[in-house]
Amino acid sequence: MLNNFLDQFATLTVGGLSLGFIYVLIALGYTMVYGVLRMINFANSEVFMYGTFATIIVIRDLFGFTQQSEPATGFRLFYILFLCLVASMLMSGILSILLELVAYRRLRNRGSNKLAPLISAIGMSIVLAEFMRILTDSRYVGSPRVMEKKSLGTFFGAELRLDNTIIIVAGLLLFISLSQFVQRTRLGKAIRAVSMNEDAAKLMGVNLNFVVSGTFLVGGLMTGAAGFFYVLKYENTSFNIGFELGIAAFTAAILGGIGNIKGAFYGGIVLGLLETYASFFLGTQWKAVTVFIVLVVVLYFRPNGVFGEAITQTRA
Amino acid sequence: MFNLRDWGAGIWERSGRPVRVLIALGAIAIAASLPLLGGTFLKTPIADYGSVLVFPVAIFVIMALGLNIVIGKSGLLDLGYVAFFAIGAYTMGILGTKTGLNSWEILPIGIAMAMFAGLILGVPALRLRGDYLAIITLGFGEIVRITALNLNSIGGANGIVGIPTPPTIFGLEYTFDNHRLYFWTFLIIILLTIWMIRRLSVRRAGRAWESIRQDEDAAELMGVPTFKYKIWAFVLGASVGGAAGVLYASKTLFISPDNFTLQVSILILACVVFGGMGNIWGVILGAVILGYLPDRIRFISDARLLVFGAVLVLMMNLRPDGLLPRKKREKALPEKGQS
Repeated sequence: MLNNFLDQFATLTVGGLSLGFIYVLIALGYTMVYGVLRMINFANSEVFMYGTFATIIVIRDLFGFTQQSEPATGFRLFYILFLCLVASMLMSGILSILLELVAYRRLRNRGSNKLAPLISAIGMSIVLAEFMRILTDSRYVGSPRVMEKKSLGTFFGAELRLDNTIIIVAGLLLFISLSQFVQRTRLGKAIRAVSMNEDAAKLMGVNLNFVVSGTFLVGGLMTGAAGFFYVLKYENTSFNIGFELGIAAFTAAILGGIGNIKGAFYGGIVLGLLETYASFFLGTQWKAVTVFIVLVVVLYFRPNGVFGEAITQTRA
Repeated sequence: MFNLRDWGAGIWERSGRPVRVLIALGAIAIAASLPLLGGTFLKTPIADYGSVLVFPVAIFVIMALGLNIVIGKSGLLDLGYVAFFAIGAYTMGILGTKTGLNSWEILPIGIAMAMFAGLILGVPALRLRGDYLAIITLGFGEIVRITALNLNSIGGANGIVGIPTPPTIFGLEYTFDNHRLYFWTFLIIILLTIWMIRRLSVRRAGRAWESIRQDEDAAELMGVPTFKYKIWAFVLGASVGGAAGVLYASKTLFISPDNFTLQVSILILACVVFGGMGNIWGVILGAVILGYLPDRIRFISDARLLVFGAVLVLMMNLRPDGLLPRKKREKALPEKGQS
């Protein structure tokens, strides 16, 4: 078993990293909203699910791929994938803004109790998932194979499959551009200001509603990119995948310290690797349990979070 | 704004003992006669009305009352409440099929098991606050479900079949379709739970929970042993959930891991918040409505969950404190001019 594991270690690591980047991007959706509003955006998992559907729509309906058609190659492949990525990001970004307008804005401005937005989010989550369930007739939707998942060669004994490589490279690029955006742009600075001190930021002339919409947009864009990567890796989707991935990504955000962009990155990567290794040893059916036990242990021994605020001081 | 809760509480406070007894008896009589109203507009189109009253309605009420101790009274966000429900149900399922014990003998065992689980989870988890507590409890709920799913010795994905019905009492036989008897039995359990919570709320424990909910740091500074009372709230909530699980298993006679998904936790949480956190009458109303509504609107069959979700969103936007919110003076931060 162990020898077997060591043989496969490098390849497993690549697979784990690509899963990790999917988690990182969804976790960014949770963590950005949490950083600004101190609220779990429960419906982010459905935002992700709509992102996966946007990719499938582009591949299947815009380019007319079917299960039998030839996979694209070269520049055409790049063009198609780029369009899918943009479509998924736009779909999720816009949905995320609308979500905030419909479900949270009124509650936020009224300053009601902490749980009301959570229930509202759960309600929106049910609405979005059910709407998609009715549209897809409760079935899994497969994606036509748009590219051949050929191996690009090996790297320290790891097989670099095309899809995993794309996810890792593009995921890293997206993450870097997001952190640059938050560090350097005007909106990014406003987001950080509100996250540090809402009242002071308002007094300095930051338009709170605009910043919140911007946060939801950016979080949604990242989550949508994760949707695209998910379809690339697993080639199917359904109305209920949001739940499982959302929980895992949220765990990742907490693992790294929620409200913290770097935390989402490390949490997502660690979780993706851990899940992949754990399913190798224990079988996929126990992977969720392993993940949660690790989370409990981490929070027990490091209640200050790995990168985040002091957890024990967080108010309910 | 007109507040039904304050209006009701006003009547209650102004009236003397005989009137109070009358009101209580009247309310119990109305609740007890619910199964007899099957022929009226309350009738559910597809599912049998009597069985809807038992599950989900009565079971939801019990669970929502239990969760209300944790969330409403002490302000601890628990997203894994279904775990205790599952532990109670599995205790009933395993002991009921493998030993000769009957439901009433298993009930205390199930409650004890759930309390024990609450203790095991509570000791590490209750050091954390807010959203971290939420995710830990959520993880715990999933761990319990996945463990049940993967352990073939307790049925695995197939669950447990052939759970015995409760034994006959006073010549009344619990059969699978004798919904009324089940409902009245569960009503007694509900009344006992309400009684327990009301007694606790006015005593030391209730005051400690209230102070923890309003400001945990201040409570700690005032000498309230917050950790101890948080554990108590958690364990008591778990005990009610465990009881609901035992009852559920003795009614449906079949359980499987599919009955204990995160959605159940979320639905019960929705009952508590929808009805009005912290106020047991609001919580009961919320559980009755959310348990009953999806079955009542089955005529829009496919879209009923969609409508359900939309109702949740709408409701939270219009009345964020729930249908019957707690009394103003019990709210965490009183507005100016109110004490």
